[in-house]
Amino acid sequence: MGYTHEGRDYALRFCRFRYGVPVSVPAVLALADGTLFKGESVGLPGQSVGEVVFNTALTGYQEILSDPSYCRQIVSLTYPHIGNTGTNPEDDESAQVFATGLVIRDLPVVYSNWRATEGLGHYLQRKQVVAIAGIDTRKLTRILREKGAQSGCIVAGEVIDDAAAVAAARACPGLQGMDLAREVSAAKPYTWDQGGWSLEAGFAEAAATPERSWRVVAYDFGVKRNILRLLADRNCEITVVPANTPASEALAYQPDGVFLSNGPGDPEPCGYALEAIKAFLQQQIPLFGICLGHQLLALASGAKSLKMKFGHHGANHPVQDIASGEVMITSQNHGFAIDEDSLPSTLQATHRSLFDGSLQGIQCNDRPAFGFQGHPEASPGPHDASPLFDHFIKLMAAARS
Amino acid sequence: MPKRNDIKSILIIGAGPIIIGQACEFDYSGVQACKALREEGYRIILANSNPATIMTDPGMADATYIEPLHWRTLAKIIERECPDALLPTMGGQTALNCALDLHREGVLEKFGVELIGASRDAIDKAEDRERFREAMKHIGLETPRSVVAHSMEEANQLQGTIGFPVIIRPSFTMGGTGGGIAYNREEFIDICEQGLAASPTCEVLLEESVLGWKEFEMEVVRDRKDNCIIICAIENFDPMGVHTGDSITVAPAQTLTDREYQIMRNASLAVLREIGVETGGSNVQFGINPDDGRMVIIEMNPRVSRSSALASKATGFPIAWVAAKLAVGYTLDELGNNITGGVTPASFEPSIDYVVTKIPRFNFEKFPQATARLGTQMKSVGEVMAMGRTFQESLQKALRGLETGINGLSTMFEDGEIDAAEVRQQLQQPGPERIRYLADGFRYGMDMEELYTLSHIDPWFLHQVGDLINEEQALAEASLDGLKPATMWRLKRKGFGDCRLARLLGSSETAVREWRLQYGIKPVFKRVDSCAAEFPATTAYLYSTYEEECEAAADNRKKIMVLGGGPNRIGQGIEFDYCCVQAVLALREEGYETIMVNCNPETVSTDYDTADRLYFEPLTLENVLQIVACEKPAGVIVHYGGQTPLGLARALKAEGVPIIGTSPDAIDLAEDRERFQQLVMELGLRQPENRTARNPESAVQLAEEVGYPLVVRPSYVLGGRAMEIVHDEEGLHRYIHHAVSVSNDSPVLLDHFLDDAIEVDVDAVCDGEMVVIGGIMEHIEQAGVHSGDSACSLPPCSLDAEVQDRIREQTRKLARGLEVVGLMNIQFAVQGEDIYVLEVNPRASRTVPFVSKASGVSLARVAALCMAGKSLTEQGITHERVPEYFSVKEAVLPFIKFSSVDLILGPEMKSTGEVMGVGRSFGEAFAKAQWAAGDALPRKGRAFLSVRRRDRALCVEVGRELVRLGFELVATRGTARAIEQAGIECRVVNKVKEGRPHIVDMLKNDEITLIVNTTEGKQAILDSYTIRRTALQRGVTYSTTMAGARAMMLALGEPVRDRINRLQDLHRELAS
Repeated sequence: MGYTHEGRDYALRFCRFRYGVPVSVPAVLALADGTLFKGESVGLPGQSVGEVVFNTALTGYQEILSDPSYCRQIVSLTYPHIGNTGTNPEDDESAQVFATGLVIRDLPVVYSNWRATEGLGHYLQRKQVVAIAGIDTRKLTRILREKGAQSGCIVAGEVIDDAAAVAAARACPGLQGMDLAREVSAAKPYTWDQGGWSLEAGFAEAAATPERSWRVVAYDFGVKRNILRLLADRNCEITVVPANTPASEALAYQPDGVFLSNGPGDPEPCGYALEAIKAFLQQQIPLFGICLGHQLLALASGAKSLKMKFGHHGANHPVQDIASGEVMITSQNHGFAIDEDSLPSTLQATHRSLFDGSLQGIQCNDRPAFGFQGHPEASPGPHDASPLFDHFIKLMAAARS
Repeated sequence: MPKRNDIKSILIIGAGPIIIGQACEFDYSGVQACKALREEGYRIILANSNPATIMTDPGMADATYIEPLHWRTLAKIIERECPDALLPTMGGQTALNCALDLHREGVLEKFGVELIGASRDAIDKAEDRERFREAMKHIGLETPRSVVAHSMEEANQLQGTIGFPVIIRPSFTMGGTGGGIAYNREEFIDICEQGLAASPTCEVLLEESVLGWKEFEMEVVRDRKDNCIIICAIENFDPMGVHTGDSITVAPAQTLTDREYQIMRNASLAVLREIGVETGGSNVQFGINPDDGRMVIIEMNPRVSRSSALASKATGFPIAWVAAKLAVGYTLDELGNNITGGVTPASFEPSIDYVVTKIPRFNFEKFPQATARLGTQMKSVGEVMAMGRTFQESLQKALRGLETGINGLSTMFEDGEIDAAEVRQQLQQPGPERIRYLADGFRYGMDMEELYTLSHIDPWFLHQVGDLINEEQALAEASLDGLKPATMWRLKRKGFGDCRLARLLGSSETAVREWRLQYGIKPVFKRVDSCAAEFPATTAYLYSTYEEECEAAADNRKKIMVLGGGPNRIGQGIEFDYCCVQAVLALREEGYETIMVNCNPETVSTDYDTADRLYFEPLTLENVLQIVACEKPAGVIVHYGGQTPLGLARALKAEGVPIIGTSPDAIDLAEDRERFQQLVMELGLRQPENRTARNPESAVQLAEEVGYPLVVRPSYVLGGRAMEIVHDEEGLHRYIHHAVSVSNDSPVLLDHFLDDAIEVDVDAVCDGEMVVIGGIMEHIEQAGVHSGDSACSLPPCSLDAEVQDRIREQTRKLARGLEVVGLMNIQFAVQGEDIYVLEVNPRASRTVPFVSKASGVSLARVAALCMAGKSLTEQGITHERVPEYFSVKEAVLPFIKFSSVDLILGPEMKSTGEVMGVGRSFGEAFAKAQWAAGDALPRKGRAFLSVRRRDRALCVEVGRELVRLGFELVATRGTARAIEQAGIECRVVNKVKEGRPHIVDMLKNDEITLIVNTTEGKQAILDSYTIRRTALQRGVTYSTTMAGARAMMLALGEPVRDRINRLQDLHRELAS
C-alpha cells in the first residue's frame, strides 16, 4: 500500500473517513476436514479455534461480532467487503466480541461513514480477535453448506504450521452439549433503561420515557443490547439477571413478565434455566423467549431440540406466521432448533421458516408464554418481527388485569 | 392466495421506441411478464410500437399489435380483444401514462377492464409531485423542500422560497426529461419553460438542491397480503445532482451501517404502503447527507424500471416475472425462487457475495453542439454491468465492457502532462469521463480531501480508485518478466485486464495472457444465486473472478455460444439483442446447449433463462477466451451482436476459436475497401466512383476523377462520424483543411455522392448455397441520410418490379461471392435505372427484426440454424415472402434531450430507436409510423415552407398538395416566390434575421402546424436552426428532407382510419 498512514487513524478535515490498518501478515484458516485457506491477517496475531459458521447478512458486521450468541464460533461473512463503514460505539451488541474469529474476503483500507470512530482492523485488534481476509469465502460457504458446520482454526502470524492448524481444528470440540450461556452471562443482576436508537436523537434516554409501567426480569443467556432497548422503548423497567438465577430470586422482583434471552450453544445442558422456566410457567408469569430463550421455553415444556446441519445465520430469512400467513423477513442466528414433531400438546407452532420449514415460533396453549427462534430485535437485520415485543406487552397487560 | 380465475385475458402495454431513459429494460420486463402470465394460462394481448423488441415476436403473446401507443389505438385494441385486465407496469412511463389516459377517457370503465399491478390512484400519487410530497409528509418522511408550479408566473413567484441552485422536475415525465438544475434566473426560466412543456400535466416541482449528497435506491416488491421485500439496495458512485441513469451505480450499498440501511428499508416499505402499490415492483430513491446521515426521499416509481432490471440481473431475482405473478393474485410465499430451482420461496431478500457495478454509456460525440455535462436530465444511451468479488474488479471489468476504447482507468491526457485545472473543473462539473479524470487527479497527486471537495464522491469509492492508480504507478518501473506471480494474482484480483497490464508493462496482451497462464493464473467462474451460496443454484448464471473454486461445471453437450452486443449505443441497440435471443431460442429448440455472453443488464439476452448458460461478462478477447477455454463450445456466433463481437472475430479465430457461419475473412473482405472493390468488379456490379486520398494535394485531383458531389470521410472513423457531403472544390478544401487532417496514416475516402438516389436496404439469408431474400426496404429519406435515421418501407413504395428483381439478383451474387452462411445486409442506391452497391454487411443488421415482423419469417432464427449446418431447404424456407400490406419503419431521434443540438439528418446516425406502422397503403402505414413516433400528423392549419434552391420545384408540388388538403401556406421569401409563381397562394414570413414578427414568433404563438425545411451551407443552417429547435420544443410536425415531406403528403392524403392489425393475422395471411 502506498499510503504512509500505517497503523494510525488518519483523520482528515471532514472527519468522515479514515485509513485503517495496512495488511501484510499471513494467516491460515484450517477446517477439520483438512481444507486450508491461505490469506492475510486483519486482526490480532495468534491462533483461535471454534465452530465455523457463515452469515449472509450484507450489513451489520459490528453487531454480529459483538453478539454473544457467536461465542466459540468463527464467523465467516459472505459479503466480500467487510469494514466499509468502520465501527462506532453505538453499534456494539455487548461489551465484547464473543466470536473467536472472523473470516472475510476483503477489509477495505479506507472506511467511510459519518458515525465511524475506528476502523474494523483496529477494533479487532483492540477486542483481541483473530481474523483472516483474502480467501475464497464462497468456497468456504459451499463446504459448510454441503458438509455441515465443522470446527476450524485460524492462525495468524509470520510462521504458520498448516498441519498444526488442521490438528487444532480437529481438536476443537463442537457445540453439541455445550452450556455456553453461563459463560457469557452477566455475573450479577443490573438494571437497564436505555431505549432504542434513532437517526435524530441517538439512543433514547431513560428520562425521555415518562412512565415505566412493566417490570420485566430478563434472563441473560447472552443477551443483545437491542432486545433490552426495545423492551425499554415499550415502558419496561428491566432487571437483567444471570443465566443461573433461580426462579425464586427472579420472582422476588415481582415481575410482570420474564424475558428469556438469546445466547450461544446447545439448550440441552441448561438444566438450571429449565427449572426456573418451569416455575414461571406454573405461576402463569408472562414469558417471552428469543432464540436460545425460545428453545429453553420449548424444552421446559417438554419439546426436544436438535442440531442443525449448518444452522441459520443471516438477515434475509422468510418466516411465516402460520395463523395469518404473513411473511416476515427476519434476522437469524442459531445452530440448534426445536423439533416441531416433538412439541407436546401444550405447545403450538406459530411460525415456520420458509427456507427449510423448520420451527420458528411457539406459544403455550394454557400459559401466557411464547417464543421466537429468529431475532425480532434485529440489529442487524430487518425490523419486520418487532411487533412480537408488543405481543409480550399485551400478555403482561392481560395478566395484570 | 392462488391466482385469480375471474380474469382470463390481460393486455400488456410495452414502452414503445427506445429513447434516452427508456431502453431495452422494458423489453426484458415485458417478455418476463408475457412468459409469467402465459404459463398460468392467461390469454395475453400485447401492444407495442417497437418492432425491434423480442416481446413483439408473434410467439410471445396470443395477440400482438405493433401499433402506436396512444389511447385511441389502445381503445380499438381493447374493443376488439376485450381483455379482462390491463397490466400497465411493465412498459415504463409510456405504459403508465397510456393507462392513465385510458382511464381518464373512460375506456377502461366502458369495456370493463381492470387495472392490475397498480391502481390509477397509486400511479397518480407517485407521479404527481404535489400529491407525492403530501404523502411523504403524512408518513413522516422528509423530502427536499419544494413547491409546485403550474405556470411560468407561478414558478417565478415561488422560486424565491427555494433559492438557488434549484432543481426543476416536471411531473409525469421519465428520465428527468425537461428538468434540470438552475444556478441563476436565466437558466431557471429556460428550464421551467422546457419543463412545463414536457410535463403532460403542465406541472413542475421546484426543489431544494441536495447536490453533493449521497444517493441510494431501493428496489422493493410487495404482494397483496402486504408482504414486502427489498430486492437490492443500490448506491450511486456519483453524488446527487447526476441523474441515476447517468450515474455509476454499485450494488449492494457499500457505505451504510445496518442502522442506516434499516431506516432506509423501513422508509421504502412505508412509501409503498402509503402510495398504495398493492402488488409488484417499485423503486424508491433516497438522498443522504454525508455529514449527519439526514435522509430525504427523492422519488419513487410504482412500476418496474431500469433499476429493477439492473437489480434483477445483479441479484438473480426476476422482479418483473414476480411482479406479473403478483398482479394476478399470487403472494410471494407461493412463488418459488427459480434460480435455486424453487427450493426456496420468492419471499426473501436476496443476499449477494460479489459487487456489481453499472456504468452508463454516452454518445455525446454524436451531438457536438451539446454540452457534455451531466445533470438531472438523463443523457446516457446505454449501460454496462459487471460483477466481481470486489468493487475494484467489477469497476475495471465494467470499464472494459463499455467499449469506448479504454482498457481500465486510462488517462484523459494520453499525450502529455496532466492538466490539473482541467481535472478540477471536470470533477466539479461532472461529464461522461469523470471517473478517468478522477484517476488523473490521483495520478497528479491530489489528495483524497481535495478530490472529495471537488467531486463529493464518497471517500470509500475515492480510495478504491486511488488504490488502483497506486498499483498502476507501482508498475511504472516494472516489466512483465520481472513480475512475481503473487503480484500478478493480486493485480488480476483487482480487476486489471491483460490489455491494461500490457499497456502498463510495455508488453502485449498476448504476452501477458501467456505469461499468466504459464503460472496457472486464470479466473474461475462463480454463480449468481441470489443467496450467497447458502443454497445450491440450479441455474448456470456465471461471472468470472480470481478465486480458488470454479463453479462453472461445464458439461460435454454440444454447445453453441452467442456473443451479444454489449452496452446500447446509437447504432447498436436492441435490434442486435433481438437477433441474439432469436439465435439462442432457435438453437435450443434444435437441441443444442446454448451459451450467451453479454454485459448489458437491460436486455432479454441476459435473462438467466434465455440461454442454457449465461456468462455476464465484458465482450473482450480476454473474457471470451476464458469462457471458451472453460466451455469448449462446438461453435461461436459472432455475427449477431453488432460491431462488438465482430471486432473480436479475427483475434478469436487466430486463437483457434471455432467461429461458425460466415468466415471472419469474408467479414473482413466486406469491410476492406480495396478487397471489396475487387469483388464488386468480379461480380460485374457497380459501386459509386471512389478514391482514397492520402494527402491534400491529391485529394483535389482525385475528386475531379470521381466527380462532384462527393461523400467525404476519414477512413478510420466508423458510424458516419465526420462524414460530409461536398458539392464543389471549395467545399472539399474546407473539409480537408478544417474538418479533418489528411495524411498517409489517416487517408480520406472520397465517394461519388448519388444525388437524389433512392437508398435500398436488403436483408437476406444464405446457407452457403441457396439465398433467400428476407425483404427489400426502400428508404424514404434520400441517400446521404444514414440508413438508421431514415424511414423505410417494405415492400418498396416506388421502385418498379424490374429494379427490384435486379436488386434480388445482385443480392444473390454478393451472398455467393462472399460465401455467406447466415445473415447478410446490403445497401443499394438506385439512381434512375442504375443500381449501385453501397455497402455489404455479412452479419445481422439493424433491420432484421423489422423485416421479420413485416414478413413473418424470423430471419435471425433461420440464419442461426444455417450456421449450425441446417440448410434452408431442410428448414422449409425457400422463398421470399412479399406482403400485400405495407410496413413502414420510422426512426426516433433524441434531440429533445440535448438542448442546442440541430435536428438536421445526415450521414451520421443519431436515432436511438424505431417504430413500425402497418397499413394497406404506403400512406396509411407511413401515417401510423409517424403517429407511433410521437407525431400525430396535423390534418389542417398553416404550413411553413422554407427550402434550399434545388428543392424549390419539389416544394411547389408539396405546396400544391398541402393547399388541396386544406392547409394555408406561409414561406420564406425565395420559397414563397416559387410557390406563387406556380399560382398557389402563399404568404411571405420573415426569417429570424429579417426582423419581427418572424417565423419563430409564429411558432411560439402556435400559428404553425407543419414545417418543411431543407437547408444546406453552414450559414443557412445556422440561420434556420432556431426554427427547427423551436418546432421540436413546441411539438410541431416537421420534415427536414423533401423526400420526407413527400411521404408526409401521401400520409396526409389518406383518410384517417383507426384500422388496427393483429400481427398473428398478418402473418397468417402471408403464409396462406
